[in-house]
Amino acid sequence: MNATTPGRLLPWALVTPALLWTLVFFVLPFIAMAMLSLLEPGGEAATLENYRQFFYNPSYWRALVNSLEVTLTVTVISVLLAYPFAWILAEIVPPRLQRLALVLAVLPFWTSYVVRSYSWLLVLAQNGVVNEALTGSGLADAPLQLANTRTATVIGFVHFFVMLLTLTIFANLKQLSPSYRRAAADLGAGPVRTFWHVILPLTLPGIMVGAFLTFVLAIGDYITPQILGGNNELLMPQLIMMQIGRRGDFPLASALAIILMAVVTIAYLFCARWLKIERA
Amino acid sequence: MTGSLTGPLVEIRKVSHSFGRYKALDEVSLNVEPGSYTVLLGPSGSGKTTLLSTLGGFVHPTEGSVFIRGNDCTAVPPARRPTATVFQDYALFPHYSVGNNVGFGLRMRGVPRTKRIGRARDALAMVGLADAFNKMPHQLSGGQRQRVALARALVVEPAVLLLDEPLGALDLKLRRQMQDELKALQKRVGTAFIHVTHDQEEAMALADHCVVMNHGRIEDQGPPERVYSRPASRFSATFMGESTLLSGKVQNLGMDEISIETQVGPVSVEAAGEPGFDVSLAIRPEHIMLEPHGASVSLGEAKVTDVVFQGSFKRVSAVSIKNPEVTFIAKVRSNQPVGVGDLVELHAAPTDMVLLSH
Amino acid sequence: MRIAARILVSAYALAIYGFIFLPVVVLVLFSLQATSFPIPPFTGPSLRWYQAVLADQRLTSALFNSVLVALLSSLVAVALGFLAAWGFARYHLPRSWLLRGLITLPLTVSYLIIGMGILILFNAIGVPKSLIAAGIGHVVINLPLCFAIIYSQMGEHQVNIERAARDLGASEWKVLFLVSVPVLWPAIFASFFLSMTFSWDEFVIAFLLTRFDTTLPVEIWNMLRSGLNPRTNAVGSLVFGVSIVLALLLELVFLRRNRQ
Repeated sequence: MNATTPGRLLPWALVTPALLWTLVFFVLPFIAMAMLSLLEPGGEAATLENYRQFFYNPSYWRALVNSLEVTLTVTVISVLLAYPFAWILAEIVPPRLQRLALVLAVLPFWTSYVVRSYSWLLVLAQNGVVNEALTGSGLADAPLQLANTRTATVIGFVHFFVMLLTLTIFANLKQLSPSYRRAAADLGAGPVRTFWHVILPLTLPGIMVGAFLTFVLAIGDYITPQILGGNNELLMPQLIMMQIGRRGDFPLASALAIILMAVVTIAYLFCARWLKIERA
Repeated sequence: MTGSLTGPLVEIRKVSHSFGRYKALDEVSLNVEPGSYTVLLGPSGSGKTTLLSTLGGFVHPTEGSVFIRGNDCTAVPPARRPTATVFQDYALFPHYSVGNNVGFGLRMRGVPRTKRIGRARDALAMVGLADAFNKMPHQLSGGQRQRVALARALVVEPAVLLLDEPLGALDLKLRRQMQDELKALQKRVGTAFIHVTHDQEEAMALADHCVVMNHGRIEDQGPPERVYSRPASRFSATFMGESTLLSGKVQNLGMDEISIETQVGPVSVEAAGEPGFDVSLAIRPEHIMLEPHGASVSLGEAKVTDVVFQGSFKRVSAVSIKNPEVTFIAKVRSNQPVGVGDLVELHAAPTDMVLLSH
Repeated sequence: MRIAARILVSAYALAIYGFIFLPVVVLVLFSLQATSFPIPPFTGPSLRWYQAVLADQRLTSALFNSVLVALLSSLVAVALGFLAAWGFARYHLPRSWLLRGLITLPLTVSYLIIGMGILILFNAIGVPKSLIAAGIGHVVINLPLCFAIIYSQMGEHQVNIERAARDLGASEWKVLFLVSVPVLWPAIFASFFLSMTFSWDEFVIAFLLTRFDTTLPVEIWNMLRSGLNPRTNAVGSLVFGVSIVLALLLELVFLRRNRQ
């Protein structure tokens, strides 16, 4: 990037609107939220009561644990399902059909996110298609409780993130120089060993980025667990929303939000080495 | 077929290859002797890289066969051929250290760890990078990476080492240095090297056997001195270095010599030919002189159009007065007083002229 | 052996595709349900629910609101992002890395938290819930994206094109409008398109920051209160259909551009 100085005011004039918007509508709200989290509802004294409530109330604490369990499960399953799929699309599908194959894989996600989750509710309902297929074919005696369970939430999430991870892993695979494969073959590695020793390690950073993205998006998602998970067990976003809506306890909601952000930050620090160091 | 100990190390028999409708190789046949340094020289699109790829096993030729050590390797995949390749972009695995890169082929062959490390260290020492064992590829310069790629290929002791434009990414000085090192390395190790390049100076510096390719065919092959001073075709004459080409018709035959009516007048050369045939005479720039010398004949007067100072010599372009279609290219001493617009008389010895069919 | 591998690979790919398409197929299929429950058995194709949806005032105005909010917020996001990218890429600003990091920071924060923050702020200073509030929130989530995309395209190659224009006598404004914007057009368009997509489909922020006039995702959410209903299927299928048509149009426009 070059540095020119036609007028010292011009560069600031260009970047200030964006900076200002970010400060006023992102940073300021965040500060307000942080401050609010230190207040008692209706009170003015600074207190850590809200945070204490979180740590001492088992159902609140449970929500975070649920969120972590669900999100980690979703991340692992999605990566395991998406990698082979991305591999097939990148390596086995003939090049001229690859774009079409990708578009087809992404197409169903052009429904609204809310609608998509609702569709899973339809599929997994007591008398929805899955249960009808199971009872009709005799594989089950009675319809299974699939909707309004953690399983449904996981399925709903995995559905979305398999698509996302397929895209990122696909891009990653395509980006690998074909020379690496040729060099490995030239030195005596068959297809399996080429994959294990060369392709997999080189795509690992990409997988970590995708996994991190999955983790962050899933843990902060309100829609999928609310529609599919029901109210039997709550995840963090649902807990937060409950404080805002039903109870109107903004301070507590703020504290919970800050805790959630802290968790995400910890995850970021954990993954930082993959997220920063790109391939040389 | 069992391997053969006599005969050429590599035999390429009438190999043709097409990419769709584009014919990259057209019935190419070539023998490579053990211990030799073969250079495949040609412009882009000449097929030299495709030929190398068929040797390495990355391309399965549509016709013809490839024999290595007497075995038919035409359909054998790269992993199971006794070849190793140094790729143009080096293709060092970025996630492995230099030592693990070099040891990769040994690992694939099941060589135990301590032995692997030992041999890798030896290979690195051989290319002058003994203390780079634990470094990562991105910490090395281009020239160093190239050497690691060499070490990695040599450590598996291939029958043939294939090099795909290995020096293309290096600057001039480094390239010259690497050329010397490659030549010395090849002599030391004794493996047959097959090296692809478009740089004719590189070819002449390195090759025991130079193969000039164009449009998917071999135009000329032989020791560099012969290919240079006695090119077999017009392409060879103008691709390997520069030449002044005089076209003409064979006029009559004498004893051991023919007279050719060229664009600049009659010239007699010692050669065989049929009267009436169209031929060309190729003369290298260093053989065209501004004064008569020895058995030289006059090529007529010419007007100098360009003088380029090149350090150790001057490159002079002059247009023939008799036939302005002919431009002579001469190399003269760097302190020769000659300038643009001068009228000069050019001379060359008939023995320095190469007869080519038209 | 190769045949077995092929079968395995095809089976896997088909299974994944099946998984991906299952909910959408069910959605569209039961939007054509003749009876009132979008569950098996399928009672013959009927367009009654589409008619009901198109006649529903709330839905059609929600749709209009969604488009409006998406359009306006995306325009703002692209404009701010472009200007900022220009400023950072072409001029030297102190602590540029810090400021750029600040602008891209919202990408890492959950929409729920962003929406919450704005809600708390607006409550504190007395700004009511509205479509504009939602639009503001959408700019917050889309600005980092627009900035990142456009900034990434303003590298060395761009610099030289602009230098050439200046060298040939163009003033700063002319360089901007006759050279930079046209060459950066794909990046600008891509970020606009992405912002539209994210805003159009966005639920949480719209849910928190709107009250009476609301966007389509929020309206659909409200419909979910009434349980499984083919009307919801119909709305969902319509949105889906429109998205596909728009994408096809986009393809054609782009294909034509590329051919030129």
